[in-house]
Amino acid sequence: MAKAKITFEDIAQTVNVPAGTRVIEVSEKIGAGIIYGCREGDCGTCMMHVQEGWNNLTVPSVLEEKVLKENMAGRHDRLACQAQILGDCSVKPA
Amino acid sequence: MNAEVDVMRHRDAVEFADGVFWIGALDPHLRSFDIILRSANGTSYNAYLVRGSTGAAIIDTVKERFSEEFFARLESEVDYRDIKAIVLNHLEPDHTGALPELMQRAPQAKLYISQRATSMLKALLKPSAGDFAYTTVNTGARVSLGDRTLRFLHTPFLHWPDTQCTYLEEAGVLFSGDVFGCHFCDKRLFNDCVGDFRFSFDYYYAHIMRPFKSHVMDALQMIEPLQLRQIAPAHGPILRERPRRYVTRYRELSTSNLADRLGNEERSLVIFYMSAYGNTARMAEEIAQGAGGVAGVRVSLYDLEGGEIDSFVDLIEEADALLFGSPTINGDAVKPVWDLLSSLAVVDLKGKLGGAFGSYGWSGEAVRMIEDRMRGLKLQIPQAGLRIKLIPTQDELEACRSYGRDVAAALSGDTDANRIIDFADLN
Repeated sequence: MAKAKITFEDIAQTVNVPAGTRVIEVSEKIGAGIIYGCREGDCGTCMMHVQEGWNNLTVPSVLEEKVLKENMAGRHDRLACQAQILGDCSVKPA
Repeated sequence: MNAEVDVMRHRDAVEFADGVFWIGALDPHLRSFDIILRSANGTSYNAYLVRGSTGAAIIDTVKERFSEEFFARLESEVDYRDIKAIVLNHLEPDHTGALPELMQRAPQAKLYISQRATSMLKALLKPSAGDFAYTTVNTGARVSLGDRTLRFLHTPFLHWPDTQCTYLEEAGVLFSGDVFGCHFCDKRLFNDCVGDFRFSFDYYYAHIMRPFKSHVMDALQMIEPLQLRQIAPAHGPILRERPRRYVTRYRELSTSNLADRLGNEERSLVIFYMSAYGNTARMAEEIAQGAGGVAGVRVSLYDLEGGEIDSFVDLIEEADALLFGSPTINGDAVKPVWDLLSSLAVVDLKGKLGGAFGSYGWSGEAVRMIEDRMRGLKLQIPQAGLRIKLIPTQDELEACRSYGRDVAAALSGDTDANRIIDFADLN
């Protein structure tokens, strides 16, 4: 299976994951600082900033786009409970 | 204006700054709040009215059961048609219980909430069908009431994602929501008149704000530069006499004591254990010895049998790494371990390292169970836990020292830089 590396900048930790893994699955296990609320893409609590590899995450769904907009997300902000890792990237809490 | 009031005797609004009124309700019989908090004399749900030359603003409401008192106080001072704005600093039901009714009575009023409050507002207003309009505001946004201006400060996670404070610029009044609040019920309403509420103030902080200390510090950066004549929180006394000391108290409560003692270089590793026959205790001592040999790590060793949960929670809050030692009895870790591990909701555990060890007789499940609980609490487990059957041998004691050294090395950062963890190893 294809692998990808995701780095959580706030704890300076990189994890090698199977492509398609959601950021939430990794960040919770490793104790990164992204905070979660509803865990289903509705509340916007888990907004994270993608420092590098913006294009290596799945494209946001219409629902995620809506929630990001409601929460005044910046250009490279995503919801960690929704975004899936396809290639190397680095993220930190927004 | 500093005359003593008694809001139990009337249902009028109470003016405490020019054109600024308390229109809340007292709940003297409340003894338990949100399951996690106790109150020895009840609480208050503070709502406020601000009159401006072009209209009035209502800031927060009350728990639904107290709506009648809230509306009576509101009506004593303002006509619903004159309400121009409704500001919600925090959407928990004890502050929004009267909102649906207020929106019906003052349909022209605009609703102002923080950006993160949107989904909560929708969930709260679900039962009252129909469309409703609202405006989201962020730090620096202003609402004009003619000669009065409300300015918003977004203060997330104090103590929900949605929380904000509202500052009345001309009067120097900060409507702070749950920040600087407490569950303390006193009909005299103001901090210079009510009974001694220092305990309630600190207790409220300890249970509500403490898990969010870094967010408290961020909020204080915004609040401290303000001209503060009065602080009007959503619970407890209105802080009109020397309000700044409560801001100072929040800074004290949010500042690490241990960092002062250890400095920024040294990290703290705390080892807790319980032992039935002294074997797990022996392991704990050897682990402590191994970890203590690593530069930059200060080790503390505690027998859970000899202390109280609250003081252990204080230790954990300031620690950088936690190890728990437990024997396995009937397939489980022992109760004092679970008691402590289920008392940590009041502290921020983010970024701490964890680990477990223990001696066992038959099967030794305790170590893995403790590790799972720690993962559930979002601790990182840098080393797989150490299990030893009954009495440790010399080799096994060396394994304990080695385990201690490895955990301490992970804590001091003295491991392979940028080591990449495999996802499969995280499970």
